[in-house]
Amino acid sequence: MSKQGRDAGRVELTGLSKRFGGFTAVRPTDLTIPEGSFFALLGASGCGKTTTLRMIAGLEAPSTGRVLIGGQDVTGLPPHKRPVNTVFQSYALFPHLSVADNVAFGLRRKGRKDVAQPVKEMLELVELGHLGGRKPAQLSGGQQQRVAVARALINHPQVLLLDEPLGALDLKLRRQMQLELKRIQTEVGITFVHVTHDQEEAMTMADTIAVMNGGVIEQLGSPTELYESPKTAFVANFLGQSNMLPAAVLGRQGDDLALDVHGVRMTLPASRAVPGSSGSSRIVMGIRPEKITLGKAEPDDAHRNMLRGIVSEASFIGVSTEYRVRIAEGSELVVFSQNRDDERPRVGDEVVLHWNPRHGFGLDAGQDLDAGTGEDAL
Amino acid sequence: MLKWLRHNLVVFAGLGTLVYMLAPNVVVFVFSFNDPVGRYNYEWAEFSDKAWTDPCGVAGMCDSLTLSFKIAILATLCATVLGTLIAFALARYRFRARGLVNSLIFLPMAMPEIVMAASIAMLFLSMGMDAGFTTILIAHITFCVSFVVTAVKSRVIGMDPALEEAARDLYASPIQVFLRVTLPLAAPGIAAGAMLAFALSFDDFIITNFNAGPDTVTFPMYVWGAAQRGTPPQINVIGSAMLVIAVLVVVAGQIVGRRNRAKA
Amino acid sequence: MTTPAKTSDAADAAEAAGPKHAGADGRPEPSGPARALRAITGELRRMPYLLLLPGIAWLIFFFLVPLYFQAKMSVSSGTLDKGFDLTWTWSTFSAAFEDYDEHFLRSLYYAGAATILCLVLAYPLAYTIAFRAGRWRSLLLVLVVAPFFTSFLVRTLAWKTILSDNGTVVGFLNTLHITDVTATLGLTEGDRVLATPLAVVTGLTYNFLPFMILPLYASLERIDPRLHEAARDLYASPASTFRRVTLPLSMPGVVAGTLLTFIPASGDYINAQLLGTTRETMIGNVIQSEYLRVRDYPTAAAMSFVLMAVILVIVTVYIRRAGTEDLV
Repeated sequence: MSKQGRDAGRVELTGLSKRFGGFTAVRPTDLTIPEGSFFALLGASGCGKTTTLRMIAGLEAPSTGRVLIGGQDVTGLPPHKRPVNTVFQSYALFPHLSVADNVAFGLRRKGRKDVAQPVKEMLELVELGHLGGRKPAQLSGGQQQRVAVARALINHPQVLLLDEPLGALDLKLRRQMQLELKRIQTEVGITFVHVTHDQEEAMTMADTIAVMNGGVIEQLGSPTELYESPKTAFVANFLGQSNMLPAAVLGRQGDDLALDVHGVRMTLPASRAVPGSSGSSRIVMGIRPEKITLGKAEPDDAHRNMLRGIVSEASFIGVSTEYRVRIAEGSELVVFSQNRDDERPRVGDEVVLHWNPRHGFGLDAGQDLDAGTGEDAL
Repeated sequence: MLKWLRHNLVVFAGLGTLVYMLAPNVVVFVFSFNDPVGRYNYEWAEFSDKAWTDPCGVAGMCDSLTLSFKIAILATLCATVLGTLIAFALARYRFRARGLVNSLIFLPMAMPEIVMAASIAMLFLSMGMDAGFTTILIAHITFCVSFVVTAVKSRVIGMDPALEEAARDLYASPIQVFLRVTLPLAAPGIAAGAMLAFALSFDDFIITNFNAGPDTVTFPMYVWGAAQRGTPPQINVIGSAMLVIAVLVVVAGQIVGRRNRAKA
Repeated sequence: MTTPAKTSDAADAAEAAGPKHAGADGRPEPSGPARALRAITGELRRMPYLLLLPGIAWLIFFFLVPLYFQAKMSVSSGTLDKGFDLTWTWSTFSAAFEDYDEHFLRSLYYAGAATILCLVLAYPLAYTIAFRAGRWRSLLLVLVVAPFFTSFLVRTLAWKTILSDNGTVVGFLNTLHITDVTATLGLTEGDRVLATPLAVVTGLTYNFLPFMILPLYASLERIDPRLHEAARDLYASPASTFRRVTLPLSMPGVVAGTLLTFIPASGDYINAQLLGTTRETMIGNVIQSEYLRVRDYPTAAAMSFVLMAVILVIVTVYIRRAGTEDLV
């Protein structure tokens, strides 16, 4: 590892792709993961995220393209010669070795003799200092997870790869470990590349997320960016929920687009529409369920977009209520409403839906609006 | 009461089978203390510990035992190496001749022993090889390989490939991966295969009988001869002692295993 | 072993050579390193054959080639002194059939009877160990395997004692007039059990019982006990739970166990020799004496060949019907 500079933890993929026989798992991809970032590859199973990670680790040979770590081309290097370590899905702890020996494994392979002290420190970092003598099978799921992290981190890799590291944990533990991993990452400052199918997990932990679908990166950005301004229906649906309203573009009024949605005039800032889509005559306007205000009367502010409808379903969730509102033409919108008011709409009530035009986003009309919903989204 | 009986009927039947299985061992043990009248040790005469105090007192028996051990150890070593390699190939790789290889492994087990015994003897006959230690050893290795393959393969298939990937990820060179991770993980399967091979080789009669020379009398062959000439109680002593040793080894293994688990 | 040692060197070399092979933009042509890695996968493709080579060569030379020699011998003629020549003498086969057809049939009959007895005896024990034994499970398994460690010939000889004419077992069977029943069936003779077909089948059953119990146990042990509870919950009586759930799920064990019992039993000659008389001789006895005593190698080869063929046909048909494919 000649280049241990400031950018030692930078990962660059250029034209990286992977075919298995006739199946293309990853289409040629260019991607730069900056030094010290917590980067998430998010997508449904089979989207190519794990294959991408395995190509970075060297466990899978790319069909085309190259992998650079810290500016150094590692494409031809076998895994044991790469400055990266992996936290495997279901951990892959060596069952025949003790926890301490598991953690010491990498150091010993690199020829270090005095491993006792670093192992002790590392186990303490993950709060397992007292369990070094145990075998992995004697640990709980959460403890095994920490061992897996410790075993990788002790080697001070330039990049740490995490393959669905929390997938085997129950919900509560997963939440706890998310914060824990975030804390460790901040503490050690190493680049983390994290593969997950759980959008909430990705948003909680990562500073940058790449959403993958069908072997390509659909969109790259910070969690807020992806959530507030999705560029495709897949991203809009996979991260949280979205209402999709097909609309006709009537024209441009200053910085806004004038739209016709189900015969109702609405506006959308032109900057919030996907480039290219604003020029065409048809567009899809998306709006997040929690951005919609649900009321009995029309809003005072005439600039807000507004629709009328009838409540067809109301599910009480606790902090909020999820409404399905049938709008005039027979399609439904989902609305999340905070349970602040004593009087809440009931099924069958006629309601008014309105939102700030700046909360909408415009997508290309020529795509599957249900992409990223349903079972494949897990 | 009746319900309890009916509920546990299967247990009683199972224990009945166990009695059937173990009765001969009890007889062998009891009759090792017999002082038989005449040449055969089939009917109880009177108690004697002569056979136990002088187990090698009958001509040739302990030599045959030594020979059996030698052959079994060598056959086990060779069959375990050959079988383990095949098992890894079958468990870890997709290749074109897979079906053929599987059949070649299965066939020796799907064939009465005597067919293999006679055919391999005919090979040695055609090659002009004199029957003896080498021919026995070759024949034993041949029939043990398949059993080793079966035992090791099932273990290797059950191993998580991620463990080896993890080792590669943690700076282990291919050789280190094999020595530090693959081999220890496959060890129980290899040990099971080796134990099976040893037991099969040590106790084999039919194949040995076809391929042994006049000077290579293994223990089973000695017993067979004794059944014709007269059975000294010493063979019961050997039979019982082997059982006791084997059971002690198994029990010790279990205790060590349990203590390791408790200690860790 | 799984990751060939060669790869790292190849990869190092390729890495050095890498950049100059890369296309102008590194895409879509595979870049040098990527191509090198694929060369390694090419190496990997040869790996299984390297692993197979010693063992398979061994089996070809000492298992398949002998079968060829045996086939050749079966159509040869000659004597031990003058040597044997390939004369395509097919009459050896017909003569063997004429002289020894009853031995063939007897072998199949005894082996079949022993297999069925093994199944009947083994199932309750395997079931008990799998579902009822609790903390006694490992002890019971040790007891099942333990007899293996006493030479089976010594144990088979013990049946001479157990079944002896004035022993307890035979006396008991005489008192209950069971020997009268078995004598009527032609299984025993007079008040004796030793030196009768029953003794031989008893010995065969005894010898191969562990080969039935272990695969049965292995397949029963894999059954989730909750399936029994689910069946009971869905109104199945214990009997129909067994018939509809346990038995079908244990079929792989039944198939493997019956094969592991029937195949060796059909070629066995030890039990017939030690526990029977000349009236109980099986095909194994004939091959053995033709080969080792008479030294009529062509006849021994022919009969061994026929035995192999018959067993392979039976096994193939049986596996097809039972629908269990991967037994190895």
